[in-house]
Amino acid sequence: MATRTIAGKTVQVNDEGFMTNAAEWTREMAPELAQGEGIAELTPAHWKVIDFCRESASNLDGKSPTLRQITTGTGISTKELFALFPKGPAKKVAKISGLGKPEGCV
Amino acid sequence: MKQLLVLGAGTAGTMVVNKLRPLLDADEWKITIVDQHETHYYQPGFLFIPFGMYSKNDVVKPKRDFIPPGVELIMSPVEVIEPEHNRVRLVKEGRYLNYDFLVIATGARTHPEQTPGLQEHEWNRSIYDFYTIEGALALARHLRTWQGGRLVVNVVENPIKCPVAPLEFLMLADWFFHEQGIRDRVELIYATPLSGAFTKPIASKHLGDILVQKGIQVEPEFLVMEVDPDAKKLVSYDEREVGYDLLVTVPLNMGDELIARSGLGDELNYVPVNKHTFLSPKYANIFALGDAAGVPTSKAGSVAHFAVDCFAENFERYIDGLEMLPTFDGHANCFIESGFGKGLLIDFNYEVEPLPGRYPLPGVGPFTLLQESEMNHWGKMMFRWMYWNILLKGQPLPLPARMSMSGKWRQ
Ligand SMILES: Cc1cc2nc3c(=O)[nH]c(=O)nc-3n(C[C@H](O)[C@H](O)[C@H](O)COP(=O)(O)OP(=O)(O)OC[C@H]3O[C@@H](n4cnc5c(N)ncnc54)[C@H](O)[C@@H]3O)c2cc1C
Repeated sequence: MATRTIAGKTVQVNDEGFMTNAAEWTREMAPELAQGEGIAELTPAHWKVIDFCRESASNLDGKSPTLRQITTGTGISTKELFALFPKGPAKKVAKISGLGKPEGCV
Repeated sequence: MKQLLVLGAGTAGTMVVNKLRPLLDADEWKITIVDQHETHYYQPGFLFIPFGMYSKNDVVKPKRDFIPPGVELIMSPVEVIEPEHNRVRLVKEGRYLNYDFLVIATGARTHPEQTPGLQEHEWNRSIYDFYTIEGALALARHLRTWQGGRLVVNVVENPIKCPVAPLEFLMLADWFFHEQGIRDRVELIYATPLSGAFTKPIASKHLGDILVQKGIQVEPEFLVMEVDPDAKKLVSYDEREVGYDLLVTVPLNMGDELIARSGLGDELNYVPVNKHTFLSPKYANIFALGDAAGVPTSKAGSVAHFAVDCFAENFERYIDGLEMLPTFDGHANCFIESGFGKGLLIDFNYEVEPLPGRYPLPGVGPFTLLQESEMNHWGKMMFRWMYWNILLKGQPLPLPARMSMSGKWRQ
C-alpha cells in the first residue's frame, strides 16, 4: 500500500489514489485532493456534497454513497453534480472526501 | 392462531410459503399470501423471447398452481403497510389484514418514464425493453424483420435485476444476427454506467475479453441523462452522445411504490434489512426477501432461492425465541448465456467475487465457472424446468445455500 502527503500529512492510499483510512482525512486536505481531480476551487455547493458524503459514509460502514444517494440526500440534481464534479461525480467526491472508491453494484 | 403474511407471490414469496408451510404447525399458524396479478412469469425466460427461442407460453403459468394447500391466496394490490399497527390494507374493498410476522416480497420493476425521451413516441418503434413480457414480445416482432444497423443496449442505472442479462442479450444478438446472415450489417454496442463489462474485476476482465472476441463494443461509465428519440441518440450527463438505430434499454429498476407509501424504503424503494437474516432493523416482525430487499447482492432468482433456504431455518429459530444466525452469505449463482449454444456460470457471495473453476463438484463440474462451455448452456436451459418444478415448490435442490471456495481458483 502506498502513502502520499496531502496538506502536510502522510496518508495511506490505494493504487487508484483513494484514501484507505477515512479517519486520516481532514477538511484541510479537500482542496488539494480536489485540485488533483481538476477542481480549482471548492465552493459551498461542493462542500455540501462532501459533508453529506462524509456523514453518510459514517452511517454506511464507511462505504461511499451512490450517486442516487447523494442526489436524494442533498437535493442537488444529477446534472448539477456533474457540473460540480465533472465526469464521474460519485468517484470524484469519494476521492476528495477521503472515502473508498464507490463499490458500484453487484 | 398466529398469522404469517407474505406480500408478493413471485419467485421469493412463492418459495417462502412452500418452504414454511410444512415447517409451521397448521393448528398454530395461518399463512396468507397476497398478489395483484394471477400470472406468474418466469422472468429469466424474457431474455430468449426477442430471439424467438421462447414464446409467451414458455414463461407463464397461473400463480395459484404453485401455492400449496393450507396457504390462503388473496388477489389484490396491497395499498399500504402499517407497521405500527401490524396490519396491511388491501386495495380490494379496503380490507385490512393483520399479521404477527410480515414478509415483503414485492420485487422490483422497470421505470422507463424516469428517463426523458425513452417511453415516448418511439417506444416500441425504435426503442424497446426486454425486462417486461410486453417489451420482449414487441422486440421479437421487430427483430424478425430488422435489416441491421447500430444496436445499442443501455443500462440506465444500477442495481438492476439479473446484472448479467444485458450482456447475455448482446451475446445472443451476436449469434442471432450470424444465423440471420446479417451480422456484418450489425454494430453491437453496450453503454453501461459501469467501468467495464461487469461489476467485479475478475469477471469483468473475462467477460470483457469475450465481448471483444464477439465484436461487441463497450461504452463504459455512460450515465444516460436523456434520449433524443428523433435524432436517435443517447446523451449522457458528461455530454457524450451515442447514436443508435435500435435501442434496447434496461430502464431504472425500483422496488414497488407500496414500499414508499408505507415509509419502509430507501432511495430506490428497496426495504433495508439485515444482509444475513433479512430482518428489518426497525421492526422486529418484518422481513424482506427477493428483489424487494435492500441488500448488496444480485437481484436474481438464484439469490432468492438461497436466501429463502437460509431464511426458513432462521425463521423457525426466531419464533422459538432464539437469536437468528447470520447464515445468508450473499450467495449468487448465475448462468450467462453466451450464444452459439454455449454459456458461462458465475458463483459468488458478499466476500468472494466470481472466480474461474468448476461447479458444483470441485475439479469435476459438470459446469465450468467463468469459462464458456456447452454444458453451461444446457444448465441454463434446464433451469426453466427446475424453476417451475423444483424451485418454486420449495423442494430441495442438491446445491448448498452457502457458497463454497473449493473448486475455484484465483489466477
Ligand atoms: C430479463 C430478466 C432475466 C433474468 N434472468 C435471471 C437468471 O438468469 N437467473 C436468475 O436467477 N434470475 C434472473 N432474473 C431475476 C429474477 O427473475 C428475479 O430476481 C426474481 O423473479 C425475483 O423474485 P421476487 O419474488 O423478488 O420478485 P417477483 O418474482 O418479481 O415477484 C414480485 C411479486 O410481487 C407482486 N407485487 C408487487 N407489488 C405489489 C403490490 N403493491 N400488491 C400486490 N402484489 C404486488 C408482483 O405482482 C409480483 O408477483 C431475471 C430477470 C429479468 C427481468
